[in-house]
Amino acid sequence: MSTTTVNDRTPTSPPPERRRLRATPGTFLVWGGMALFLILLFGVVASVVVNSLAGQWFDTWFPSSYTASWYGEAWREYDLGQVVSTTVIVAVAVVSLSVLIGAPASYVLARRNFPGKSLVMLVFLLPIMMPPITYGIPLATLLTYYHLAPGLTGVILANLVPSVPFVILTMTPFIEQINPSIESAARMCGANMTRMFVRILAPLLIPGVLAAAVLVLVRTVGMFELTFLTSNSESDTLVVALFTAMTGAGIRAQQSVDAMAVIYMLMMMVLLVIALRFVNPTQLVSQVRQDAD
Amino acid sequence: MSVSTGKPGKTRGSGAPTPGSRPALSHRLAERGIDRLLLLLVPALLFALVLFVYPFVYGLGLSFQPREGGLFGAYIKFFTDPSMRGLESIWITLKLAVPAAVFNVAASIPLAYKMRGKFRGKRMLTTVLVIPITLGTVLTAEGLLNFFGQRGWLNRFLELFGVGPLDLVQNYWGVLWSLIISGFPFAFLLILSYLSGIDPSLEAAARTLGADWKQRFRKITLPLLAPGLAITFCLTFVLAFSVFPSAILVGDPSGSTRVIAYVAYNAWGQQFDYPLASAAAIVMGAVELAVIVLVLLWRSRMYKGSTGGKG
Repeated sequence: MSTTTVNDRTPTSPPPERRRLRATPGTFLVWGGMALFLILLFGVVASVVVNSLAGQWFDTWFPSSYTASWYGEAWREYDLGQVVSTTVIVAVAVVSLSVLIGAPASYVLARRNFPGKSLVMLVFLLPIMMPPITYGIPLATLLTYYHLAPGLTGVILANLVPSVPFVILTMTPFIEQINPSIESAARMCGANMTRMFVRILAPLLIPGVLAAAVLVLVRTVGMFELTFLTSNSESDTLVVALFTAMTGAGIRAQQSVDAMAVIYMLMMMVLLVIALRFVNPTQLVSQVRQDAD
Repeated sequence: MSVSTGKPGKTRGSGAPTPGSRPALSHRLAERGIDRLLLLLVPALLFALVLFVYPFVYGLGLSFQPREGGLFGAYIKFFTDPSMRGLESIWITLKLAVPAAVFNVAASIPLAYKMRGKFRGKRMLTTVLVIPITLGTVLTAEGLLNFFGQRGWLNRFLELFGVGPLDLVQNYWGVLWSLIISGFPFAFLLILSYLSGIDPSLEAAARTLGADWKQRFRKITLPLLAPGLAITFCLTFVLAFSVFPSAILVGDPSGSTRVIAYVAYNAWGQQFDYPLASAAAIVMGAVELAVIVLVLLWRSRMYKGSTGGKG
């Protein structure tokens, strides 16, 4: 809001905007630190990418030869076809279930005040504010007791625990933005609850649902701890497979682990680029402000 | 609002034959916000109770039923047993998580302050900063081992200046690095969005009144930003406090980076001592919540209004 008013007011005077990047010592320090961080980051990523393409790399700046064969080797050696399909199954199941469970709840929380609302909010906030290991260990113990884990069911159930609250917190601001008088109008025209949901709310909510779904997707694909606690070798997702490959290394070539890590990074990047199309980072604030209260 | 005004009319219509006390009761409840719409909350609540509250209570109960040592046996074992070194692991975790969170928040403030305005390449810079989120712990760990390792590019570069090889991974510093790489972009994006929510005209007014940039920052921006800082600190702290895979991959899990998550997992996955593991998990949650409550208490003593412009 405020930025648009500034833009409206100052189309004729660009100098103030440029002046902000004046080279004072402070600015130098800030941009220098930023550049240093980016150089280190670039080095970290580049060293993995280069190593995953290296034929042989001993005590030199760059490998003596390059090959793409590690990717094929990693794919075969770690059975990545199965791992990737497990990851997709888990992600799709978690996303659709958490949206189905979370969206109705976020509607109520956005529109209503009722006794005990803050307690309900607390129950939904705690899984996000707690380290996954803290609730993951009792949960995994219990799931094992009921023979739901280790296995695919356990992985999906465990990953739902932080995802449902996350959907609720992401969607609540989206619903708050929908004008309630639209709903009133629909009801005045004789729509019942179901019709109002299907014909009025659902179409208006599609952006919110997509935002929540994509964010949950990114989180689930990247979630290590909960999957690690509840999976067995057949239900490992890509993160866990990577971790076990790296800790159980030794006989295996490090390059094929690196190749797998690059595959993971590319997959996550595609997801994140899609996510950023739907989610404006500034919307994080309203969501986080919800967290606090 | 709209639905609650529609609701009593509907109940009255359907309950017309018996205008007893029931419509009145539902009407009274509806006035306090309780009506059929709340049923939409049931699946999520049920889910939270079954998959979060129940396991947690179960774990709490389990932690009081150790194999030996009475009611508090598991907790006593966690804190005093020399093979567990529980207290030390709490200290190690805090020593990693607090500096990482403080650094991520503190480094984000000046950067976000400079990036508030519009300039060329802002979008690209933001995108570059988002990339670390996609890396994942394992790629970060591999990269740190390759890049910061004894024969990595960094030490090779330092060698050109005659600086001997530095031990930067497989210890405390390796884990701290990985926490900064994964946490900083997140903290930066949050703080940038809080900062851009502050109305620039407030600062412009202060400038008109003759305040220099230090005064403007200290008296206007910082108080308005404080709630956002507290929340960003909490979220980055939670991320850093639950450090687990990177403590194993780039750290020294048997020594200087024996974090509490590792201790809890060991008791669970290697020793199969579920009461002990539950006790460790409960202690972990309690310590983390204590830090968050402290930060939020500090926040509540600061400025209490909204962050400004947006609402």
